[in-house]
Amino acid sequence: MQVKTMAEMMANGQTPDVLFWVGCSGSFDQRAQKITKAFATILNKVGVNYAILGKEEACTGDPARRAGNEFLFQMMAYNNIQVLNGYGIKKIVTACPHCFNILKNEYSELGGNYEVIHHTVFLQGLIDEGKIKLKEGGVFKGKKISYHDSCYLGRANNIYEAPRKVLEALDAELVEMKRCKSNGLCCGAGGAQMFKEDEPGTKRINIERTDEALATGATVIASACPFCNTMMTDGVKNREKENEVQVLDVAELVAASME
Amino acid sequence: MQYVPQFLFILLSVVAIYFFVKKTGQIRRNILLGRDEKLTDQPAKRWRNLLLLALGQKKMFRNPLVAVMHLVIYAGFIIINLEVLEIVLDGIFGTHRLFAPPLGQLYVWFINGFEFLAVGVFTVCVIFLIRRNILKLKRFASKDLDGWPRSDANYILITEIILMGLFLKMNACDTLLQSRGYGHYAEHITGNFAFSSFLHPLLNHFSSETLVVFERICWWLHITGIFIFLNYLPYSKHLHILLAFPNAYYARLEPLGEMKNMPEIQKEVLYSMDPSSAPTTAETIAPHKFGAKDVTDLSWKNLMDAYSCTECGRCTAACPANITGKLLSPRTIMMKTRDRLEEVGKNINTNKQFADDNKTLLRDHISEEELRACTTCNACVEECPVSISPLDIILQLRRYLVMEESSAPPEWNSTFSNIENNFAPWKFSPDDRGKWAEEMV
Repeated sequence: MQVKTMAEMMANGQTPDVLFWVGCSGSFDQRAQKITKAFATILNKVGVNYAILGKEEACTGDPARRAGNEFLFQMMAYNNIQVLNGYGIKKIVTACPHCFNILKNEYSELGGNYEVIHHTVFLQGLIDEGKIKLKEGGVFKGKKISYHDSCYLGRANNIYEAPRKVLEALDAELVEMKRCKSNGLCCGAGGAQMFKEDEPGTKRINIERTDEALATGATVIASACPFCNTMMTDGVKNREKENEVQVLDVAELVAASME
Repeated sequence: MQYVPQFLFILLSVVAIYFFVKKTGQIRRNILLGRDEKLTDQPAKRWRNLLLLALGQKKMFRNPLVAVMHLVIYAGFIIINLEVLEIVLDGIFGTHRLFAPPLGQLYVWFINGFEFLAVGVFTVCVIFLIRRNILKLKRFASKDLDGWPRSDANYILITEIILMGLFLKMNACDTLLQSRGYGHYAEHITGNFAFSSFLHPLLNHFSSETLVVFERICWWLHITGIFIFLNYLPYSKHLHILLAFPNAYYARLEPLGEMKNMPEIQKEVLYSMDPSSAPTTAETIAPHKFGAKDVTDLSWKNLMDAYSCTECGRCTAACPANITGKLLSPRTIMMKTRDRLEEVGKNINTNKQFADDNKTLLRDHISEEELRACTTCNACVEECPVSISPLDIILQLRRYLVMEESSAPPEWNSTFSNIENNFAPWKFSPDDRGKWAEEMV
């Protein structure tokens, strides 16, 4: 199975229906690469006409902007918008809520106007259209899954239901944490915290959230953000539960359940 | 002699309203010290927010029990103030129960309704005092409120209890005097009212002369109390009863995740990337500093947010940084912004215009450690019942730190240089970005 880049498609005179914006985490982080591959596998199986930017993709500038470095953000945004507009991109799907938020809400004012879809919403669409066929009695049937809301998907953009609907389609038993949906607790990575140590305190935020997820008795913690995934995975390891509890992205859960 | 009470009443009203108008004028001036921000688009959505969030208290209903109790105080206090209209007119014209003759039986129903609400307000205020001082809910026991803010909250509740008590006792004395056919009280027979009549056994053994004194004292204290309360508002967290309305109207309508753009930097980057787009004549407008160091660098909406804050602490209770013991508390971000703005306002009152006091919001009030603990998760913004965004202030202060002072933790500085040089926050070769695709089986 091959994943084509925009440059390759252009060279062959092809136009993709949708651009898969992979993001830095999904491109470089070993754990997040698995999420990227799972999502690409789904796209390939369903036969979606998509492309990636490959080497031409660059950080959206999210961590720089939220840390306060507007100059760096504007530079990254300028270059990315040049590339995206140069290819005439209309529709983007991404598995990273931070990229999603920036591409959807913050690039438009800078001249980058695209229809941006988070991969959980994209997956829900494919399931609803019957394009994704799930195995009867799939791997996660009857298993307790707890979904951790990503701040940049949930509160930031009001997407609470799509990831849950996808999980329900797996015939899994969805168990909610006490703080969920608009009350959801951050994993601790947002606002460029991913790239620095916590400030002095009594507990790490990811441990606080992991404890809450473990308290549900779920055997799978579902995430929809590569940063959340890292933070929750670290939390589960810290609590030495990695043999009993898996942290998996919604795309990985779907990919493992497809016919 | 008979006009003395009327004269005193009018004097009291004029003085009370004068000081209230003066202080609110100063608050308005302070808010307008902020930078301009256009928040008047989409009026239909804004009116909707005003109705749902301010009038309907939608966010309060995230906790229905507390919401209902708060609604009783709010509705009670507002509706009972209709009675104040009668009190004011009686005070000016030297009449007694001016509305009773024209309204007839309807008047009794009105007063019964007010008494019902008064008892409700009284009861809920007692419950709220217990919640704050005996049950010690975490967000009220927090050190955020040590000192004046904690007393402020208690003063408000106690004042409301006293005002409601005075209203009920006044009615009780009045109806007792009516039943005794005493003086002018007998001229308007309203009959007993639903709740104040329960106070009759406590008052019945007093002489009619004493009851008149009681009734008059309650009347005067009630209206004086209301005037004092009016003037207390601008100094108190209780100002939210007024500012919640404009604050809901002017709330940002963009998705919570969207950060405010900085067009001045956007332009500068554009000119450096594409020099042909730069204007040929040098721009004469001096750029103001990037981000915010002091309250005057914030937008007027941030400053109105600070005056609207009722210090309830829902933001802080939901803040992941605060929950895990970090120094950051979104509530104190708002309280400190208001404190600093009041400081600046007093400075202007004294010196006619702001005289540099070598203090700023950043560092003198809000520390870098607080700012750096924020995950920008928007939990504080989501929680706020009166449409405040502590996050907006935090992000503007962060912008100042990084862009004006190059003050960032070392890890962030290497993140910045990685993004700049490798186009990713980590030190990977940009050529390897698509490598995962080659590994696909």
